[in-house]
Amino acid sequence: MITFFENIGRGLRLKITRLGAATRLFFTIISYSSESFKRFNLTIREIYFTGVLSLIIIIVSAFFVGMVLGLQGYYTLQKYGSSEAIGVLVALALVRELGPVVTALLFAGRAGTAITAEIGLMKATEQLSAMEMMAVSPVARIVAPRFWAGIITMPLLASIFSMVGIIGGYVVAVPIIGVDEGAFWSQMQANVDFSYDIVNGFIKSLVFGIACTIIALFEGYDAPPTAEGVSRATTRTVVTSSLAVLGLDFVLTSFMLTV
Amino acid sequence: MDRIKLDAWVGIFVALGLIALMGLAMKVGNLTSNDIKTTYVVTANFENIGGLKPRAPVKSAGVVVGRVDSITFDTKIYEAIVTMSIDERYVFPKDTFANIYTAGLLGEQYIGLEAGGDPENLVAFDKISQTQDAVVLEKLISQFLYNQASKEEEEK
Repeated sequence: MITFFENIGRGLRLKITRLGAATRLFFTIISYSSESFKRFNLTIREIYFTGVLSLIIIIVSAFFVGMVLGLQGYYTLQKYGSSEAIGVLVALALVRELGPVVTALLFAGRAGTAITAEIGLMKATEQLSAMEMMAVSPVARIVAPRFWAGIITMPLLASIFSMVGIIGGYVVAVPIIGVDEGAFWSQMQANVDFSYDIVNGFIKSLVFGIACTIIALFEGYDAPPTAEGVSRATTRTVVTSSLAVLGLDFVLTSFMLTV
Repeated sequence: MDRIKLDAWVGIFVALGLIALMGLAMKVGNLTSNDIKTTYVVTANFENIGGLKPRAPVKSAGVVVGRVDSITFDTKIYEAIVTMSIDERYVFPKDTFANIYTAGLLGEQYIGLEAGGDPENLVAFDKISQTQDAVVLEKLISQFLYNQASKEEEEK
């Protein structure tokens, strides 16, 4: 019985220590950022790997999510005789909620794991130690560019997701189901507010970008330098990022709804 | 991958993202259609605002001319004070009438302005004195039932 409580206590202490280490890494990245901005092409390279290569999965999944929203929304709305409101439903659901959240989940799976595995392997093969020996800070050279690339990439990906999703909803609603095109767009424009809905979605995606990237970076940086350690760290990245995104989403939404 | 190709791809990606954001703002959002930039604030007291909410539209002749900013409660006169901002392009006479209407039977509530005949116009921070409260459905029903009952009394 005592060992049971001992295990809980040790687990909790370990988690809190890791949270502290992650926070320390965050501030180290911030303090090394100016140094890494001097070689901005490193960040550009990382934007290519996290952003451009994620485009295909983002666009395809956004299109299908939008089409499904169109079909499901129509099924419910036509019961109440207001199928013209389908544009509002698709747009608000995507801009406020699904755009940032699904993008962040896909980002964690597509880019976050790559970051963790890459940095973990660099650590396992002692490339990071070698850099330190050459008086090159691994945080400035490796970690900070990936961090900023994640922050720049995520809001752009979320915007693309929302826009493509709305086009997907349009494709289902207007040519296939036959909702009036004018009503589709005009109802959407009347009910989607720029400063409330679109800016809120943008803020969400920015916060998710910070959370997902810092989790992926920390898991890689903190991974035990073995094959098993790196694989576990990669798994943890996906699990922690997903939970963090969903938890933060609730917090942010409850903040934004009260304003 | 060489540097120029990399830059080009990242450029395409960033441009796509910005186009999507612009598209959301222009085509999906209301940044172009009814952006009310310069406004003036007027207030109105109501005994009952029903289900009126902040950001509800202020309409005149069915055209959106402004939005409700805030709704507060005055404990001195026990009335609701509704603050609304109205587009500067539209001016209204001082004796304008403010009603709370409902869009459709169960729709959202909005403020309808009906212009009066006063030669002077409302200016910023003026108070609209003539107001009509929201129609509360329960009150209407109870009034109807009461009338019905009293009619039956008379018939007896």
